[in-house]
Amino acid sequence: MTDIAGQAAVQPTHFKNAHVSAAHEARTAEKNSKTYFLFWTYLMTDLLMFAGLFAAFAVLRGNTFGGPNEKDIYSLSLVLAETIILLVSSYTAGIAVYAAGRKRIKTTITLLAITGALGAAFLTLELTEFAHLIGEGNSFQRSGFLSSYFSLVGTHGLHITAGLLWLTILLVFLAKRGLSDSMIRKITLFGTFWHFLDIVWIFIFSIVYLMGVSL
Amino acid sequence: MNRVVSYSTGLLLAMMLTITAFSLVLTRAIAASTVIIAVVLVLAMIQLAVQLFFFLHLGQGEDSKWNAVQFCFTFGAVIVVVLASVWIMTHLNYNMTPEQVRQYINDQSTF
Amino acid sequence: MKELLLGRLEWSSLPHEWFTIGGTGALISMALFCVALLTYFHRWKWLWKEWLTSTDPKRIGIMYMVVAALMLFRGALDAIMIWLQQSIAVGANHGYLAGAHFQQIFTAHGDIMVFFATMGFLVGLMNLVVPLQIGARDLASPFLNTLGFWLYVAGAILINMFFVFGGEFAAAGWLAQAPLAELQYNPGVGVDYWIWSLQVSGLGTLLGGINFLATIIKMRAPGMTLLRMPPFTWATLCSSVMIITIFPILAITIAMLTLDRYLGMHFFTAGGGGNPMMYVNLIWMWGHPEVYVLIIPAYGVYSEIVATFSQKRLSGYISNVIGLGLVALISQLVWLHHFFTMGAGADVNAAFGISTELIVIPTAILLFSWIMTLYRGRIRFKSPLMWFLAFISTFTFGGMAGMLLAFPAADYQVHNSLFLIAHFHTMIIGGALFGIFAAITYWFPKFIGFTLNERLGKYAVILWLTGFITAFTPLYILGFMGATRRLDHYTNPSWQPLFIMAALGFTILAAGAAMQVLQVIVSIVQRRKNRDTTGDPWNARSLEWSTPSPVPYYNFAATPVVTSRDAFWEMKQAGKQPKKRYEDIELSRNTPHGIYIAIGAFIFGFAMVWHMFLLAALMLIAMIAFAIIRTFDDDTEYILPASKVKALEEARQA
Repeated sequence: MTDIAGQAAVQPTHFKNAHVSAAHEARTAEKNSKTYFLFWTYLMTDLLMFAGLFAAFAVLRGNTFGGPNEKDIYSLSLVLAETIILLVSSYTAGIAVYAAGRKRIKTTITLLAITGALGAAFLTLELTEFAHLIGEGNSFQRSGFLSSYFSLVGTHGLHITAGLLWLTILLVFLAKRGLSDSMIRKITLFGTFWHFLDIVWIFIFSIVYLMGVSL
Repeated sequence: MNRVVSYSTGLLLAMMLTITAFSLVLTRAIAASTVIIAVVLVLAMIQLAVQLFFFLHLGQGEDSKWNAVQFCFTFGAVIVVVLASVWIMTHLNYNMTPEQVRQYINDQSTF
Repeated sequence: MKELLLGRLEWSSLPHEWFTIGGTGALISMALFCVALLTYFHRWKWLWKEWLTSTDPKRIGIMYMVVAALMLFRGALDAIMIWLQQSIAVGANHGYLAGAHFQQIFTAHGDIMVFFATMGFLVGLMNLVVPLQIGARDLASPFLNTLGFWLYVAGAILINMFFVFGGEFAAAGWLAQAPLAELQYNPGVGVDYWIWSLQVSGLGTLLGGINFLATIIKMRAPGMTLLRMPPFTWATLCSSVMIITIFPILAITIAMLTLDRYLGMHFFTAGGGGNPMMYVNLIWMWGHPEVYVLIIPAYGVYSEIVATFSQKRLSGYISNVIGLGLVALISQLVWLHHFFTMGAGADVNAAFGISTELIVIPTAILLFSWIMTLYRGRIRFKSPLMWFLAFISTFTFGGMAGMLLAFPAADYQVHNSLFLIAHFHTMIIGGALFGIFAAITYWFPKFIGFTLNERLGKYAVILWLTGFITAFTPLYILGFMGATRRLDHYTNPSWQPLFIMAALGFTILAAGAAMQVLQVIVSIVQRRKNRDTTGDPWNARSLEWSTPSPVPYYNFAATPVVTSRDAFWEMKQAGKQPKKRYEDIELSRNTPHGIYIAIGAFIFGFAMVWHMFLLAALMLIAMIAFAIIRTFDDDTEYILPASKVKALEEARQA
């Protein structure tokens, strides 16, 4: 059985039932291989969708239409906090995937729960930032810049939300079904998705926030 | 390498790169904005590589070779989308807009 | 309360104009007719089990072809209306169509022909042919395949829903340019129908692209390296990569327009800090590669056909592959040529003018590959090859027109003129559509079991070619004379004879289409005479011809082992029959979840058009729920035991 990296996982010495037929193993490996490829390709399309949003942001970031500009509204300390939180959650997600591959269900659940908590914290910080902006009249309707800002950062936030929803469902099914081959595959996919979101965030904090303040 | 070591190294490196980038901007260590921006982008690229390698294990293992190819292609496409758009749009804005309208785009709420 | 439940639906949204009443009548009649047929012949269960919930790409492929043919007819109705209007609306006569209505017609015509007719045919072909050509039994994800198909159908129905509710379609051109498509200038439901039908079907297309890429990379038969794949599979690979790259851009651009319209944002508005040209930039970043997504599979079809009907292997296979790849790559770097005249300046225009011109090089590589294949071949002039000849003559001419358009300086003269219209119709009809017709004729016996009537097929080619030349040559001339596109009325009387000639061309094209319908009917009547008993009616070269006609649902009794290019041809030359080793075959079960999710998407789109946000939210939840149910279902496949395969094979050979 392989994970998204194609690297063979640890040999299943923890199997209670050793009658895993060779054919079944081969079919699982084949299914994993296809599924990981499909999912990775989908992630590439997601990256391209973000590219469109980045392009729109790059073009519209100066269109303030009399409203606030980037220096006026960014709070770098908040963004730093968000970044660290997301980075750590990406780490815990990775370890969770590793634990799942080694059939350590309790560790997996704990780490996934931590990942979820950190993700929720990230989202809370982001939503307070948005609410604050909207509250003072600088919503996404105010200018082209704010439209593109809310949409780019907001789309990333929507992906985080979707990830948290996915995570919840995974935890529910984990409790019911344990670490079957298909559950391990799903957890691996989730981990990949979560890493991908942190990678997009690298470019958001660099290009939107850090660059915006320095322009 | 052992998976836990891989993830932990990745976390450490990414943390360092992040903090470096933020400190640079927060302390305004360098005056020239173009230089800061360039450094921030380079740090971002390095962190991208770190996360691809240590978290996603890209390119490690048979199946992952295709993933690496796909990623390079997509990354190239992303660069084209963003940079070509900026190039085209700045030219359009500059060449199409007379002075007053350029002002209107940038700051005055005359409408 | 009414607002919450019904959004902005009113009584006045129901049909009350001649064309909305007519359109609604037509839709309802068709639906009733189908219901009557199915009930009378007791075929509801059969339809559900054998076709609608099937994950078999052969079934899905045929369904795509049927829906695409319907949409081709639907788009042709728009074309007829345009032809009629333009042949009479000169001087004092303003024709029979109001200007606003005319705008909706050419918009619908473009969207339906590109998204639903051509894309539908091509994805259908890929479903039918690619798994067989690579020695596989299915696509990488059978579920995504059926989901993609039903999303396509949902989009096709949604784009026609305005007949029943709303009475107006988008009137902003097939790409709904901003700021015309913004609330300020188009507050009605028309643009919203455009938005949601394209988003829903666009998602289906994207899923298809992902699926085909995974299939080709991961599921080839043992021994089939990439450089041993047949050319149509290569073309599918290139198209899939392009779809994967560009459809996210379409999705996000339409999404930004949606945010402007629904949430008052300012991406592309005139004012408020919006930049309408950014819409133009992004939409063409998608739009140009899209037309290459349409033509590249046609190139693949032609490569197959010239090889088979010259009884020779494809000449310059590697150059052909490189040509396909370069066309795919370069076509993603040329989009600005659609707005040369918008003032980007000499540097930008020159760069994109050069990149556009560069496409002629890989295209020429392909052309020479085909010509060299024919050279010294033992040529049989069957109708698929005649479609190829019709293509070569028209497409080369249209391509040269394209080269003229690629010069920014020249483009200033002919941009958005009828010269442009003639150019791209030449490419799509002469290139893609003729390729689709060739493919249908070529592969029909494989999937249906008997060949099409050859004589009527040749008549169809002649009629289509003559009709096309008659209909579009006047447009090239009119373009030079200064006629712009999308004219519902003109004042220069010397143009009218040319418009009339174009309308005459339409009647010949209609005769060609009628001939094709007649061909199908006659072929069905003569099916026993034309039965394909060998599975290889054309003495062809690739693996799909090694199966019986029609193909059994498991495709191959035993997965073939490939040792060279033109795998089947080599097997025939080698002569010996490999010993049959039957194995257990894993196949995908049927699933209704593709349909359920697509129904959810359809209702979601409809609800969003009419601002029925509660219903939309419910549908979103339903779609997610069904997706969860499906993805957490571990029992989606079944095993066909080797003994059963053996029995089926022996029964068939008896």
